Amino acid sequence: MAGNWSLAKRKKTLQQRARIVQEIRRFFIETGYLEVETPHRIPSPAPESHIDAIPSDMWFLQTSPELCMKRMVAAGYEKIFQICRCWREKERGSLHLPEFSLLEWYRAGGDYHSLMEECERLIRFATRAIGLSEKIVFRSHEIDLSRPWERISVNEAFRRYSKTSMTRALEQNLFDEAMVQEIEPNLGVDRPMFLYDYPAQRGALARLKPEDPAVAERFELYIGGLELANGFSELIDPAEQRERFRIENKNRQSFDKTVYSMPEKFLAELHNMPPSSGIALGVDRLVMIFLDVETIDDVVAFTPEEL
Amino acid sequence: MRSLLGMKGGRYDKEESFMYTASDLRKGLKVIIDNEPYIVTAFEFSKPGKGQALYRTKLRNMITGLTIDRTFREGGTFEPASLEERAMQFLYKEGDQYHFMDNESYEQIVINEESLGDAKNFLIENLNVEVLLFRDRAIGVELPNFVNLRVIKTEPWARGDTSKADFKPATLETGYVLRVPPFIEEGELITVDTRTGEFSKRVKE
Repeated sequence: MAGNWSLAKRKKTLQQRARIVQEIRRFFIETGYLEVETPHRIPSPAPESHIDAIPSDMWFLQTSPELCMKRMVAAGYEKIFQICRCWREKERGSLHLPEFSLLEWYRAGGDYHSLMEECERLIRFATRAIGLSEKIVFRSHEIDLSRPWERISVNEAFRRYSKTSMTRALEQNLFDEAMVQEIEPNLGVDRPMFLYDYPAQRGALARLKPEDPAVAERFELYIGGLELANGFSELIDPAEQRERFRIENKNRQSFDKTVYSMPEKFLAELHNMPPSSGIALGVDRLVMIFLDVETIDDVVAFTPEEL
Repeated sequence: MRSLLGMKGGRYDKEESFMYTASDLRKGLKVIIDNEPYIVTAFEFSKPGKGQALYRTKLRNMITGLTIDRTFREGGTFEPASLEERAMQFLYKEGDQYHFMDNESYEQIVINEESLGDAKNFLIENLNVEVLLFRDRAIGVELPNFVNLRVIKTEPWARGDTSKADFKPATLETGYVLRVPPFIEEGELITVDTRTGEFSKRVKE
């Protein structure tokens, strides 16, 4: 009998995980995307208030491949995807690992709504390819993956599920608490759900809505109460992007966090970027949902504690 | 959730006293909140997209036994609740006051019934226990895992009665009522598991 029991018992899950990843790859290859690889270790991550990078010999491990991939889009790579490791400091829980796998893809043209459709197509393709039906069971609850998936604005989600309004939650600095405690458990319960139009300050790299600059064209995909993917219409105005980064860094300073250097090369090339949209999807969580696994620990070979 | 081994923990505040930070929170951690000691009984890390880290916990007040839900933000700090344990002997009960004596100093202390919680069901004279002290105040006791107690009341076992064959109620000398096997008789001594409050075995005298 195998000596490491907790590792041995994950064998079937890890075999299925490999298949899911292979099918994701196939989806992108068949729809004309180029698979790319960008460095894991970078001089500095994009400054965002609440995302902390792990230092690595004067540089940092990437928190996402976003900056490098956008530089590629700006240089004429119109449809690209990447499945890679990312690191975020001190994130650990039943849905979080400090080192995790992210699927990120970008395409020139199209806004965040067209990206939602592509997201639906990808996940439905992957479920079919690994032999799941349109109705999957996650945490003893049936989720219907047939189209269309529901789309509601963040404002509407507050109206439906929270005791407070989005505006008041922001004023009282309780937005995150309301999201986690009241709203998220209700999202994507019977069928997947897109939550869209976030407050502008919750999307440092997203384009603001032309008709309502208080709102960023950003969305999150939820399935079974789990936040699975985050996408947006990309902000391509270098001056505005620099100002948004400055504000994020100012927030970081007020929280006593490392202030990250301005990604100057990215900012210098941003004006070449066509209107684009991009999205990051948590591969570990997708595996959890597809295989009905309770914690993220059980979809990886080793957790940090097991090393 | 597995324990957060290998993560850096805690930091020192301006007065140079050790503090836990929110990312140190885990099951079993004892912290001070609103000047009272709490133990973390459940813990979940959440982080809404692009939002801040939130640490959702269930905490049991170690004095009152009441459980509360609390959500903490990243950056919050907590004073560790350091509890002292002292070996003492239970002397006697007077109303809802339980008197104990320190085995070393012979000093006597009093703990009220509410603070004892379920432990009151198993306290018999001369029992050796560990008294938990928080800032020199006794807030509870740790019992031995097994305690022998006498049955003072139980129905006799009607032979041939197979209707409720497995268990019957019995009252112990402390007033605690539990389920015992039908062959146990009034006046007998039994061993009780104080962690579960259940019958363990009959003691041969």
